[in-house]
Amino acid sequence: MSNKRIDPVTGTETTGHQWDGIEELNNPLPRWWLWTFYATILFGVIYVILFPAWPMVTSATGGLLGWSTRGDVAAEIQAVDDAQAPMRNRLVETDLAALGDHPEVQDFARDAGAAVFRTNCSQCHGAGAAGGIGYPNLLDDAWLWGGDIDTIATTIRHGIRNEDDPDARWSQMPAFGEILSEEEIATLTAHVMSLPDGTDPLAGPGGELFDMNCTSCHGMDGKGDQSLGAPNLTDAIWLYGGSEDQIAHSISRGPFGVMPAWGKFLSEAELKAVAAYVHGLGGGTEEDPATN
Amino acid sequence: MQYFRLTAYALVAIFAAVAADWGRDLAYSVHAVLIMLIAGGLFLWELRSVDDPPPLADQGSYMDGPIRAGVIATAFWGLAGFLVGTFIAFQLAFPVLNFDWSEGYANFGRLRPLHTSAVIFAFGGNALIATSFYVVQRTSAARLWGGNTAWFVFWGYQLFIVLAATGYLLGSTQSKEYAEPEWYVDIWLTIVWVAYLAVFLGTIIKRRERHIYVANWFFLAFIVTVAMLHVVNNLSIPVSIWGSKSVQVFAGVQDAMVQWWYGHNAVGFFLTAGFLGMMYYFVPKQAGRPIYSYKLSIIHFWALIFLYIWAGPHHLHYTALPDWASTLGMVFSIILWMPSWGGMINGLMTLEGAWDKIRTDPIIRMFVASLAFYGMSTFEGPMMSIRAVNSLSHYTDWTIGHVHSGALGWNGLITFACIYFLTPKLWGRKQMHSMAAINLHFWLATIGIVFYAASMWVTGIMEGLMWREVDANGFLVNSFADTVAAKFPMYLVRGLGGVLYLTGALVMVWNMWMTIRQPQATPVTTTVPAE
Repeated sequence: MSNKRIDPVTGTETTGHQWDGIEELNNPLPRWWLWTFYATILFGVIYVILFPAWPMVTSATGGLLGWSTRGDVAAEIQAVDDAQAPMRNRLVETDLAALGDHPEVQDFARDAGAAVFRTNCSQCHGAGAAGGIGYPNLLDDAWLWGGDIDTIATTIRHGIRNEDDPDARWSQMPAFGEILSEEEIATLTAHVMSLPDGTDPLAGPGGELFDMNCTSCHGMDGKGDQSLGAPNLTDAIWLYGGSEDQIAHSISRGPFGVMPAWGKFLSEAELKAVAAYVHGLGGGTEEDPATN
Repeated sequence: MQYFRLTAYALVAIFAAVAADWGRDLAYSVHAVLIMLIAGGLFLWELRSVDDPPPLADQGSYMDGPIRAGVIATAFWGLAGFLVGTFIAFQLAFPVLNFDWSEGYANFGRLRPLHTSAVIFAFGGNALIATSFYVVQRTSAARLWGGNTAWFVFWGYQLFIVLAATGYLLGSTQSKEYAEPEWYVDIWLTIVWVAYLAVFLGTIIKRRERHIYVANWFFLAFIVTVAMLHVVNNLSIPVSIWGSKSVQVFAGVQDAMVQWWYGHNAVGFFLTAGFLGMMYYFVPKQAGRPIYSYKLSIIHFWALIFLYIWAGPHHLHYTALPDWASTLGMVFSIILWMPSWGGMINGLMTLEGAWDKIRTDPIIRMFVASLAFYGMSTFEGPMMSIRAVNSLSHYTDWTIGHVHSGALGWNGLITFACIYFLTPKLWGRKQMHSMAAINLHFWLATIGIVFYAASMWVTGIMEGLMWREVDANGFLVNSFADTVAAKFPMYLVRGLGGVLYLTGALVMVWNMWMTIRQPQATPVTTTVPAE
């Protein structure tokens, strides 16, 4: 400690040590630093008294406030649950078809259904319900299994082509790649692609193939059959893509779209709510359109 | 001794050849081939010099060879890490950049640990090893202990980096964040790290200064604690010695707790304590001023290393972790605020009497900016550890922004400044080739960090608010995909920030290249001063 000197720039004494030319000033701890440090320690002491903090032999100190993260979450969920209970009960009691007569229940159902949809349905049908290849667009007027609210609810409850629910909607398009020749599939593809332009479904060589293989489900007029989930082929809406390759692929492989039986996962209120929400998006029929 | 080494290399090469053949997965076999080639090469090299007289090391001078290599490695791995980081930032904005042809090797999931390990362990680690070797010799007035052990540490560490990086691309990972390398890579790093500790401690023990300089306290705390963290967090049992897969010793919430005890102290001791060691030597050196307060350095050192080790549980708020552990993690994080700031105060106030250098010296400006970012992120950290804040910020991009304001701002800028300090000294040049280029680098990096951090704050808080947004009836308003879509513009800004930061590093590498190419101005070898 023999080399202490006064630093001429600041007028502060050094500690007298030197390493490779580096010296240290003997400044005290900055006051504001020290007091803020003490304040955080004080905060820490008070906090560990109020909240669960110190591990003991078999459990931990619970804190004076009796607070816990799980209790906190449970209380928040309970509060929302309680607030929603009256409307939820009315929704369960209301017949879906009569929902339009109870606008406040319908509003509640659509809000609730939107949340259910975003959590459970958006993964396949998209956050905006516009679908994608293999996953139906729920915003348009085309419905595979029917678009009135009770039908939608049934589809959601039991799902489509799943093994979990005996009441799941079921139908299967054959893989025509095993039935028809490549040439025939090419002819049929061209024919199917021309149906939205107004081509007679039964005309020409394509029409012959269509008549023999497709009409039992898609109908003589090509407009499909909702009792079988057979899509309308004349509306230019192509679930598995509308290019030549995609349509040929669908014909030769036979699509097999699956949807889970949501009745197993959702409460009755949630199920009705999401049916109301989807119905509000693009549901209804020409005679009885859904109101938004 | 030479014959012993020859035998050892031969045995390792043969064992590695067998392992390559019997390896049960691609990563393991590739690594075995790599080790076989290295051992074989060393065998040949040793054989060719079998009758040479042993080289006489100049014991009167500092050992700067591994430091020169370390500075180059720091710049190289820095570039690699920033490049991968920028690329994966754009992968998040444009998923199509996860190319079909590179699926399974260069998709986001494989590249992300490559980026984090490259910047933390390869860039940061090489910077720490090189600067600690430089600082401990100068402040102890002693040559590095252990002869060529320092070279072993350097090359051994590079091998660890290569094994880790190739392992990630080939799918070898134990899925622990920042501790992804599998068991044999962990064992190798342990050996290298013990050698590092031996060199560092050996040099301190044979020092010719009475006191140990504060920078060396921080370096030593960093080396010792990282050794402990690494060993405990990587305790695992290999499924087979012929394969890379291993099973963790800890399970469930205990595993999570150990992982984040490790993870947070990787930040605390690797990226904070170690880099404070750098700060305590290079800032007073570059400023030509004494350290502001010796008292503050003692108090904040002990407070920092005592408190940091407790803070890990704040990574696990609102999880299966018991509330008491979560409380302690939060409380110690908050008390850590001032001890962290002690380093910033001591660094900034060291400029007292030399503030004008911020204007005139771009290297000082980099040090000051890095300390400012250090102060900002060590305030942000305790704040985010508060449960109520964390319930908004956790799992959002805010965390990413926080990490990068620390990593790019504090660790990056201080490392660049140290490289600008060291390069002319280590290669015996008067100064860096271009001071204007340093200035340009400073602005590219700083604006890049601002773009990065600001965009992640915006998108992180937005994301947190969107996740919890409810309508009048109490129902959630947004789907997860809605929040992803909403973040897109900010992802572009973040990517742009990365491009700027990477460009700055390229300018630095060019500047280093031009400096090293200059004719030598001063003798390189610095002799150990006589007391």
